[in-house]
Amino acid sequence: MVTLPAAPNYPQVSVARHAAIRLLIAANLLLGIWYISWRYTDSINWAAWWIALPLLVAETYSFLDFCLFGLTVWRLKRRGAAPPTPEHLTVDVFITCYNEPVELVRETARAALAIRYPHRTYVLDDGDSPAMRAMAEEEGVGYITRSSAWQRRSRHAKAGNLNNALFQTTGELLLILDADQLPRPEILDRTLGYFRDPDVALVQTPQWFYNVPPGDPLGSQAPLFYGPIQQGKDGWNAAFFCGSNAVLRREALMRLGITEYVRELGERVRRALDAADALLREAAASHRDSELPLQEAIVALQAAVQRARQGLRSGAPIQEVTWKFQDEARSVSRLLVAFDLSRIHAELTDIPGVDAEDLQGSLDELLAEGSTLDALAGRTTSPLAAIETVRQLLLAVDVDRDDEAQPVMPMATISVTEDMATAMRLHALGWRTVYHDEILAVGLAPEDFRTSLQQRLRWAQGTLQVMFRENPLLKRGLSIGQRLMYFATMWSYLSGPFMVCYLVAPIIYLFTGIAPVDAYSTDFFVHLLPYLVINQLVFLLVGWGRPTWRGQQYSLALFPLWIKAITSSVGNVYFGKPLGFVVTSKTRQGGVHWRLAWSQLAVMLLLVVAVVVGILRLVLGYFDDTAGTLVNLFWVGYDLLMLSVCIEALTYQPRPEAAEVPTAGRTPSLNVVPPSPEAARAVAESHDRASAESA
Amino acid sequence: MEMRVEAARGGAAIVRLDGRLDLVTAGEAKQRMVETVEGGQKRLVVDMGSVDFVDSSGLGAIIGVLKAARQAGGDLRIACPTGQLRSILELTMLDRVLRPYETVEEALTGYE
Repeated sequence: MVTLPAAPNYPQVSVARHAAIRLLIAANLLLGIWYISWRYTDSINWAAWWIALPLLVAETYSFLDFCLFGLTVWRLKRRGAAPPTPEHLTVDVFITCYNEPVELVRETARAALAIRYPHRTYVLDDGDSPAMRAMAEEEGVGYITRSSAWQRRSRHAKAGNLNNALFQTTGELLLILDADQLPRPEILDRTLGYFRDPDVALVQTPQWFYNVPPGDPLGSQAPLFYGPIQQGKDGWNAAFFCGSNAVLRREALMRLGITEYVRELGERVRRALDAADALLREAAASHRDSELPLQEAIVALQAAVQRARQGLRSGAPIQEVTWKFQDEARSVSRLLVAFDLSRIHAELTDIPGVDAEDLQGSLDELLAEGSTLDALAGRTTSPLAAIETVRQLLLAVDVDRDDEAQPVMPMATISVTEDMATAMRLHALGWRTVYHDEILAVGLAPEDFRTSLQQRLRWAQGTLQVMFRENPLLKRGLSIGQRLMYFATMWSYLSGPFMVCYLVAPIIYLFTGIAPVDAYSTDFFVHLLPYLVINQLVFLLVGWGRPTWRGQQYSLALFPLWIKAITSSVGNVYFGKPLGFVVTSKTRQGGVHWRLAWSQLAVMLLLVVAVVVGILRLVLGYFDDTAGTLVNLFWVGYDLLMLSVCIEALTYQPRPEAAEVPTAGRTPSLNVVPPSPEAARAVAESHDRASAESA
Repeated sequence: MEMRVEAARGGAAIVRLDGRLDLVTAGEAKQRMVETVEGGQKRLVVDMGSVDFVDSSGLGAIIGVLKAARQAGGDLRIACPTGQLRSILELTMLDRVLRPYETVEEALTGYE
């Protein structure tokens, strides 16, 4: 008997509600334009431009953010039930894991086995642990670890884990589950119908966490994203892949992998050949005194580079061009090897007692065998390869991607959020995706603030990595709507610096009376209030029946984290620095780690002092703008309300006692109780390794 | 899926495939071709003339063998493409890397 934790059934947006939402979005678009243009033309306090202009930029940012949100929910797609489930599809269920507790993965494996639609279940164990292998055998599920090709090569975290498994399995469709995500038995029956459309590559279902306490102090649930936002993106055929609880079409992934292989290969070979001239000149110069006929070899290699370049220009296939190039490089290397060997021979004959005849004979024999010469003149073994830059050239002008374990990498490896990058590439190739708004798997959220912060940081960093490396606005193959849907998510992760403006402006006003606007006049209220009110109304209507309050708080309250996400992803993409982590506290559990949110606490203190100062200034007669003070007091109140979530999160104590952790000897029932906070942390931390490995 | 390996001149081998090269058969086909390379026949010409259908997993297998061959200092070429093979090569743009040779003979000439 399978008993999974009950998940909520959030109300769907009705046709009437959607109409009202659209009406309000349209109204607010006009009100927003009216307000922002008034702000630009008629309200800036130039005397205090240093705060007036940053605030105006922040307001413009928020207005654009609203526009993108409006565009998203404008096309909100209610799918209802999927088309009838096709029979006879082959499905592989992948459970990705990396050092999570074995018993936790066992529960997931059992839940996966209990899925009704015929399928094969595999545990993809990146931790390569004997205990996990034993568990897989006991439960009767497949067990996959990295092949030997991955040794000493970049592992690409979860993307690499999935890429490895893709080449060891054969299902037409793949259900991907994180180690902690317990699927419902009907998960495939409810989603496979969409694949009747041969262009559908992905069906994503929500992620929902069953260990989150009432009130969700850490803001773990994302009911606005796994709901109206994804439904809106779906309306533009841009539903995101979110890494787990999704079904993918193998053919789509493999085609994507091959297309990317061709693209990257072409780029790499072209780049290497373009850089080769300078590189070979340098190599020739720095080995001028070498005894080997190295100079001649380099000249020959230069000619080979020329020919390869011409070949590419004339449109010859890369296989042919690189084969010729490698062949020529090999003949050059053979000359060097032969020279070396003849010298060895000369020196040996000088040694008394060595039979020169006999030696010559055996050397000739060796060389006639071909394989010996090949072994000595290979891509990485030839004397040429001793010059590192030349070795790199020889490796780069080839089709085998020597630096990667597999030439074909269907899951994108450009970001720590491989899921988003992969979906975007699928969309660019013309595939369709589906968001099915029904909770069909339940999982574990982090239970402590630090881990939760780390997870958010990773998502933000990954999203921004994609933005910097493959900007959707410039990516070929995407529709306008798809470009904007990807960009909308990236845009929202840029909020950090702008949030600071919203925090600082009222503090400055209450302390000094310096306002970013000309006057807190009737004109000001007339322009601002309708815009603000309708704005809130839109969010209220979109999120109706879903707990969205925490999300709203965290979007302002985590401003230091969002700033760090920007600086670290810029540092990573453009300067090759590691992505970095949230400050970690040595003691992992219990106690309150104020350091995790010290800047928010400092700002809160400043806000409170500003309130006191502002009131005193007014009461004591130092300042006479009552309306302005009231506006700013209200503003500060809003800021404090948003930031207060940090205190709740900091003082939140995970369940002290680990609930009963299932044990190996138990009957295979699935009366799942939330495992320990330790398990939740292990789950989140195993996801985080992506940030570490991308460094 | 049937597979036969014939030795050819110049130390090359002709791999004749017959049937479907798809997600079901790709793994085994790749395995056997890699074994051929490891066995010393490093230059392969894969005769695709009797392959009814190739999907992207099949292409993935061919690229995998190409990698193994190159790492061993060898090479791989495909010959006798069917219409379906041509279209999936174009679809994935793989024709920029691997252009099929019209005949096995033509593919072999480059190896001499």
